[in-house]
Amino acid sequence: MNTQEKQAIRKSIARSLALVVAMFVFAMWVMPPLYNLFCEVTGLNGKTKGQYVPVSAEVDTSRLITVQFVGTNNENMTWGFKPKDFSLQVHPGQAVVTDFIAHNPSNAIMVGQAIPSLVPHNATDYFHKTECFCFNQQTLAPGETANLGLQFIVDQEVPRGVNTITLSYTLFDVTEAFPEAVALKQRELEEKENKNILSVR
Amino acid sequence: MLSISRRSLGLLFAVAVAFLPALVYAGEWQLNMTEGVTSVSQSVFRLHMVILIICVVIGIVVFGVMFYSMYAHRKSRGAKAANFHESTTLEIIWTVIPFVILIAMAFPATSTLKKIYDTDNADLDILITGYQWKWKYEYLGEDVSFFSNLSEKSRQQIYSKAPKSADYLLDVDEPVLIPVGKKVRFLVTAADVIHSWWVPDIAVKRDAIPGYVNESWTLVEEPGTFVGQCAELCGKDHGFMPIVLKAVPQAEFDAWLAEKRAAATAIAEAAKQQLSFEELYAKGEEVYISRCAACHQDNGQGIPGVFPAIAGSAVATGDLASHLSVILNGVNGTAMQAFAEQLNPVESAAVTTFQRNAFGNNTGDIIQPIDIVNFQQDQ
Amino acid sequence: MAHGPAKGFTRWLYTTNHKDIGSMYLWFSFAMFFLGGFFALVIRAELFQPGLQIVEPNFFNQMTTMHGLVMVFGAVMPAFVGLANWMVPMMIGAPDMALPRMNNWSFWILPFAFAMLASTLFMEGGAPNFGWTFYAPLSTTYAPASVTFFIFAVHIMGASSIMGAINIIATILNMRAPGMTLMKMPLFVWTWLITAYLLIAVMPVLAGVVTMMLMDIHFGTSFFDAAGGGDPVLFQHVFWFFGHPEVYIMILPAFGVVSAIIPTFARKPLFGYSSMVYATASIAFLSFIVWAHHMFTVGMPLFGELVFMYATMLIAIPTGVKVFNWVTTMFKGSMTFETPMLFSIAFVILFTIGGFSGLMLAIAPADFQYHDTYFVVAHFHYVLVPGAIFSITAAVYYWLPKWSGNMYDETMGKAHFWLAFIGLNVTFFPMHFSGLAGMPRRIPDYNPLWADWNMISSVGAFLFGAAQLLFLFIVIRTIIGGKKATAEVWEGSHGLEWTVPSPAPYHTFSTPPEVK
Repeated sequence: MNTQEKQAIRKSIARSLALVVAMFVFAMWVMPPLYNLFCEVTGLNGKTKGQYVPVSAEVDTSRLITVQFVGTNNENMTWGFKPKDFSLQVHPGQAVVTDFIAHNPSNAIMVGQAIPSLVPHNATDYFHKTECFCFNQQTLAPGETANLGLQFIVDQEVPRGVNTITLSYTLFDVTEAFPEAVALKQRELEEKENKNILSVR
Repeated sequence: MLSISRRSLGLLFAVAVAFLPALVYAGEWQLNMTEGVTSVSQSVFRLHMVILIICVVIGIVVFGVMFYSMYAHRKSRGAKAANFHESTTLEIIWTVIPFVILIAMAFPATSTLKKIYDTDNADLDILITGYQWKWKYEYLGEDVSFFSNLSEKSRQQIYSKAPKSADYLLDVDEPVLIPVGKKVRFLVTAADVIHSWWVPDIAVKRDAIPGYVNESWTLVEEPGTFVGQCAELCGKDHGFMPIVLKAVPQAEFDAWLAEKRAAATAIAEAAKQQLSFEELYAKGEEVYISRCAACHQDNGQGIPGVFPAIAGSAVATGDLASHLSVILNGVNGTAMQAFAEQLNPVESAAVTTFQRNAFGNNTGDIIQPIDIVNFQQDQ
Repeated sequence: MAHGPAKGFTRWLYTTNHKDIGSMYLWFSFAMFFLGGFFALVIRAELFQPGLQIVEPNFFNQMTTMHGLVMVFGAVMPAFVGLANWMVPMMIGAPDMALPRMNNWSFWILPFAFAMLASTLFMEGGAPNFGWTFYAPLSTTYAPASVTFFIFAVHIMGASSIMGAINIIATILNMRAPGMTLMKMPLFVWTWLITAYLLIAVMPVLAGVVTMMLMDIHFGTSFFDAAGGGDPVLFQHVFWFFGHPEVYIMILPAFGVVSAIIPTFARKPLFGYSSMVYATASIAFLSFIVWAHHMFTVGMPLFGELVFMYATMLIAIPTGVKVFNWVTTMFKGSMTFETPMLFSIAFVILFTIGGFSGLMLAIAPADFQYHDTYFVVAHFHYVLVPGAIFSITAAVYYWLPKWSGNMYDETMGKAHFWLAFIGLNVTFFPMHFSGLAGMPRRIPDYNPLWADWNMISSVGAFLFGAAQLLFLFIVIRTIIGGKKATAEVWEGSHGLEWTVPSPAPYHTFSTPPEVK
């Protein structure tokens, strides 16, 4: 093998290796964010967008959209988790407030995370949440019941074929991943107790 | 060479003979896709037949040419090889013709797909949640929800303890009912791993993905019972989580819903009664076999390294509160589910009593339904 | 230069000779073929009749998973790398592979990977049981402890494949004999060059997806966990972005093998050489934009379903071009039907049948009924068994005289062919019917409705397995002795590999041949 050939071989290796590294980087660091972007654009999986700042307040009273609410628990989540209203009739453009009711029946402080998913997928672009409990984790003390607020607007531009929108939340138990939240709640509870003791005195 | 070809013909004949019984019974043996009972399933069936026939015709032409040249252009018949090896015209022809066929095929496929995706304006919504290894059905806005498990009858037949019935592995304890002539929308999700809800007769197959909701719909015109199965590998008992869908007239459907609601009230009433040890133990054994034995096994020994044993376990012989917590709340990050919603207080009390007294766990504990109710309230 | 091989075991351990390494790859793949085949027979034995008789459902799932992994990564891929090692340098007139030492490593890490994978069968909790597609979260949150070993095994296999692919690219691009232009290369070399590029493009993606799994399992990330903002469907997208090109990795070299064999026994040059090259390249390109047709039921938006349906249908065109070219090569030839030709003809017919069912699966609405049923199992076994396995078998019969210097026994070869051909069809053809009749895949037990088809399939599977024992016997017998082969071996053979004596000397083309 002459040196020229060796150099050419080295070049082939370098190019191939560059492609290998590039594809690994692509899979690990490009595909996941790209996929999320793709989901947001196409409404794949009914992933809804983050917090929305309303632009126009005009309400389209000529149309009524049925919005349904569904709450499900993932595997071992023991909380009670239900929408206050199962279904609402709303006009596009109208700001609507509703609640989900969560109850922690266990004897421990627990942290829950709700993951929203919306069908039909072609409506995801037109369903805006201005306030949502799903933007944060929820921490509930033993036996505590909480009203989790949700405020949303159905866009005036929602496609004509869409008359029903179903918003579903799946509640996950993420207590283990958020020890800080548990500790915070613990401190709150203790303070409250101390205050009670003080006031009794 | 000729002798060899005769031998090959003989072999081919032998194959044909071997398949003959299959052909004779073809009437009984289902060969083809079901046509189903909805307009969607029928257009899917038509698509399937059209593409099948196209493939068969192309196959006959291509293999025909090939078999002809295998016969006519063999060296043993004195064939001399030609030397042509290129023809741009031919290449263009056999690129364009398939292309045209494919485009013709794309039109009906697209319109059927659009129909499948039109889930709007449904009369009834059913939330379907896949669990390892059962389905939960929730009639949205109707306050009715229940779990649907493989029936006890099928479970008894798995290990040939009983002869297999015609609906073996395709029957459940609680079928899901829909009214005929109404557009029913299915919202499909899962609580643990990915499942897939499939009923061939209505051509609905949707993956159930934890955390996300999928939708599909159907409209069945005539009453009937349709069976299906989970279609996505979801762990050990993937093959044992069937679906039974019943389409019934509206009146019957309404009566059934009312009955379901009444049953829920009755269960709350039943939770107040006191049961004897024997009653609890017998009931508990039933519940154990249908709900627990899939993992913990009939003999309570579990599967080492996968599913823990009940026999002699620290949980089932130790502190009652932690035992109840495992049964009712499950164990996070394991296959042990929360059964609080799946079992009523009577069943929970019975199965706990059974586990604490069976397999040599002779604790002598008796747990009453009211204990379960209290435990859940005190948590 | 002209020294022979070293003696004893160290010859194999330290060898950098492409022929030695090629042989080791082929023997390794043969061993894995029997291991994977054994797993398949466990599956078919359990499915012989309804009810659970032989294995428990959890072990059944381990068998389906291990069967898929061992066959794909242990039997088919190493066999093609072995063929490439043996034949590519000889076909392009090179003295050896470009990177002989890396060649040695890329082989020797494979046995470790598979030893690790197979050892999971004896671990507490059992081997991976989540299918060869290992969908999250079944393979992450809900996986047995052995999943970590599975991940490392996949990493090692991937590294081996990547090294092998880089070697093949470097060899083909730089070591061709003078006058061997790209468009003069035998089609086997062409298809392998394209395959090698597919490998280095997608094996890193596989490495990426298992690394993400590893991080989800052990380091608290949530790529595939909805609770932490991830998405289980992302797994499927990344997996199939690897997975679809992967299935072409297993079939493109097969196209090359068949394109070498058919002209030899038709005694007529390959029809449409350049269109074959372009068709291969377009299949490789299309393989990157069709992955989501494996996921029609996950609930993609309508637009996505349509795009992936149309793109998938397009694959039928270049694949059709290939089949038409093979048939036209046979047309007006002067054909004889030795064992390699029989396997190649069976390849063309049965692979086309697999292609037809593939086209049916591409129709998204119909796929809602086919998806995850035995129809899919029938489809991909029709593409992979007559596709990959038959072409590898054909290649072994075709080149074995060149490798060993001895002719195999033609009667026994033909007997092997007919047994395998009948066994294969009896096994897999009924699966079309049971699938259409509604039998889901990956289930250990089933309704009696599908009992008859399953019983036939099981009988066929054992016949097919027995046929492969005969194959092993034929190969060993040929290596030990037999009629001496000439340099040309076949009457109609053409190409550089047939200009060297049989058996091929330890070193060939130390001085490059002149290609006109």
